[in-house]
Amino acid sequence: MSRLAALAKPQTGYSYAFMDAFAKRELRRRMLKAVAIPGYQVPYASRELPIARGWGTGGLQATLSLVGPETVLKVIDQGADDSVNAANLRRFITRMSGCQTTTDALQATIIQSRHRIPEEILREGQILVLQVPDPEPLRAVQSDSSACHHMHADADYGQMWLVLYEQLVRYKRYIQGASYPSLVNGRYLISPSPIPRWDTPKLHRAAHLTILSAGREKRIYAVPPYTDVRPLEFSDIPFQVEDQRTWADERTGARYKFMNELPQADGTARYELSDTGYAEKLIAKQRGQAVTIGRTYYDDEGNFYHDGYLKPPVIPEQGG
Amino acid sequence: MTAISSPLSYLNRVDEPRLIGAAPLLRVQGLCKRYGRIQAVQDVSLDVYSGEIVGIVGESGSGKSSVLRLLNLEELPDEGRYTLALPTAIGLDGVNLFSLDRFTRREVQTQHIGIVYQNPHLGLRMGHTSSGNVAERLLISGERSFHALRAAAREALAASDFPLDRMDDPPRKLSGGMQQRVQLAKAIALRPRLLLLDEPTTGLDVSVQALVLDTLKRLQRERRLAIIIVSHDLGVIRALADRVLVMRQGRVIEQGLTDQVLDDPQDAYTQQLVHAKL
Repeated sequence: MSRLAALAKPQTGYSYAFMDAFAKRELRRRMLKAVAIPGYQVPYASRELPIARGWGTGGLQATLSLVGPETVLKVIDQGADDSVNAANLRRFITRMSGCQTTTDALQATIIQSRHRIPEEILREGQILVLQVPDPEPLRAVQSDSSACHHMHADADYGQMWLVLYEQLVRYKRYIQGASYPSLVNGRYLISPSPIPRWDTPKLHRAAHLTILSAGREKRIYAVPPYTDVRPLEFSDIPFQVEDQRTWADERTGARYKFMNELPQADGTARYELSDTGYAEKLIAKQRGQAVTIGRTYYDDEGNFYHDGYLKPPVIPEQGG
Repeated sequence: MTAISSPLSYLNRVDEPRLIGAAPLLRVQGLCKRYGRIQAVQDVSLDVYSGEIVGIVGESGSGKSSVLRLLNLEELPDEGRYTLALPTAIGLDGVNLFSLDRFTRREVQTQHIGIVYQNPHLGLRMGHTSSGNVAERLLISGERSFHALRAAAREALAASDFPLDRMDDPPRKLSGGMQQRVQLAKAIALRPRLLLLDEPTTGLDVSVQALVLDTLKRLQRERRLAIIIVSHDLGVIRALADRVLVMRQGRVIEQGLTDQVLDDPQDAYTQQLVHAKL
């Protein structure tokens, strides 16, 4: 044992931000390619990390290759800053990089998120890193991934439209709840990670950069700033976000933001803001503390900040 | 069964004069296809005019289905030219369709060629609705209005005598004859000028077979479709086809008017084929 120890290189700890320089460089190059071809899935060599596949390894690698000592980091899991997964990732990234952390979406420079985009409008220079479990939007209709590549190459998305057609025939509305397939820059179809429909329009002509990274599937893709993102919708049946008009946050009374529904024993439900960072700020303001609350994507009347992007609902007429 | 016109209505129709000198809709020259050691198709040439039904008969393995696959641009031949007289705006007049790139080829395939397979599993998505199967063709060609899709699906299904109250049932819940009608509706949804039928009624019982053949005949009359029908069932060919090609071991060994070939076969093999009845 002592001889073995003498032969081995003495342990000097990890390189900065855990991943070695080559891995980070590769990832940055892939991100550049992903930004250059909006929505195109760029393959990359997904590295081993001290968390399991499926727990955000894709997002974590993207964040680690972007992070620096001056970074201000926010980590979100289902809108919450304090859930186990978010707390774990945040602690790991700060230990490995010495960066600052925040729960305020306006102050963060990098936001790593699972399932949500913050309610406040992100600005230029901010990077949103989304963790993606399944990057391939065509997986549901085509299990052969090489056939999927061909379909992307041909922009052959007829089968996805067929799925929407079937949904309208059966349920009279689009029923896909999360990771709603969207067309980026009029060319590539993406699965925008399992963000709710509520968040999908936020990607459209957004000022910030969105990086979507799937660690297990080894694919990275991006929505560059000010890029068109359109959910698939028929020209006469518009895409709808979740209807939560009657829901109000029980702590702040806020409305027209994405809510978590908390079912009660008596059959009723209570609602709380899904975005905890935003909820904290609202509470602080109500207590008279000095906080800056930014403009939100949906204002207090429920209007989306891009006029005309979301259209009033239409129920398809059926008939034999 | 809403759209069946009176059986004699075509008598009152004034047909535009058919010019003998008109160019054929489809022209195939010197088609050859080899699978490994097997020469499946050997030097097949064929002209089909608009409004004409051409039958291809032959035993199993004679290459008749291979020819149909080639005509549907599903596969590429080793040799051969294939042209369709498409509207000039498309710019494919006189272009060998086998030389097209994958993308254009697929476009020609969906827009201008309709096909009905013997096995509906090949042509239909069994779990989707029937109307969805028909609408898919329109979706691929870029139709993005739900109501327009519904209307077009309804029209195509009605044209192929499909009961419209079942248009949203998946094909796996339908009978064999109805499945073939869905395939037919799908094939004609984009109003192609060429329809390929690969044993369309094999496996259906005789009465259903007759109804499907009636529908085919009516569609051909109404839409002036050119139809190529592959079958080993000489009864179907006799009922439907104007001209017939007899194939054996990848070659066309005899061709001519249907009655002529079937009543007075010249080739020894054709004589056998015509007389081989159980």
